[in-house]
Amino acid sequence: MLLDVLIVDDSAAIRKILQRVLRQADVPLGEVYEAADGVDALKVLGTQKVSLVLADINMPNMDGLQLLRKLKESEQWKNLPVIMVTTEGGQAKVMAAAELGAAGYIRKPFTADQIRHTLASVL
Amino acid sequence: MLNLTVTPGEAYREPPSSGPTDGVIALLGLVGQWAGTGIVQCDPSLAGRIYTHLLAMEDTPPPEAVSDDVLDAVAELANIIIGNVKNLLEEQTGPMGMSIPTVVFGHNFNTRSGGTESWTVVPFTCDGAKLVVKMCLRHVPQPGELRRGFAVPRCVTI
Repeated sequence: MLLDVLIVDDSAAIRKILQRVLRQADVPLGEVYEAADGVDALKVLGTQKVSLVLADINMPNMDGLQLLRKLKESEQWKNLPVIMVTTEGGQAKVMAAAELGAAGYIRKPFTADQIRHTLASVL
Repeated sequence: MLNLTVTPGEAYREPPSSGPTDGVIALLGLVGQWAGTGIVQCDPSLAGRIYTHLLAMEDTPPPEAVSDDVLDAVAELANIIIGNVKNLLEEQTGPMGMSIPTVVFGHNFNTRSGGTESWTVVPFTCDGAKLVVKMCLRHVPQPGELRRGFAVPRCVTI
């Protein structure tokens, strides 16, 4: 089964980097979708089949924790794994993401190996 | 992530209003019991190289113009640098919120912090060019009185 991934980050550069790392990772990758914030992400999720979300925390309009909360409150998306990929390393943010049900947490700057290991542990 | 060699220089203090400058600056607001601004500053040439390195396109010549993509790359670098400084400071200051970055590119402009506090400046040499990280924080005795959102830096005269 192919893995369809949604990358949510307000930085186009980070979205491109994560796309590249995913394509080089040893995972059966299907479609890769992009969204610039949580609002965009919900629009993509409404129209596309997604099996994994990689989301930043600090984003305009709707941040990553708000997006995570919305997904976990939704019957449709509550089981969708969400990995936070963020600069935020403070204990409060990490705990908040964990309590909301994040499947993983990757700190920026990240290496390709860190992304691969986290993917492997989540999938 | 960038695969660039960075050498730190001697840190120094700078007055709230510094002289005119050129180049690309990315600003992030910080709020909490300590509030202020973090800045990452570099020249346009280094900004272009940051863009190509961030996207692992080191073999590609850096873009000659400072495009949206270049500004986005500098913004993300600033987000990572200031965000990690914030993570370290939080052990002393308590939790702080951080804004999304604002990036300015121009010539002969001034930046000014809103208070009287001076900036702490750490210069780096990166790929033969100058990269500067600045922070200006002030203690907020009653953070509840802060308005919502992020502390907008008082800038810019262009």
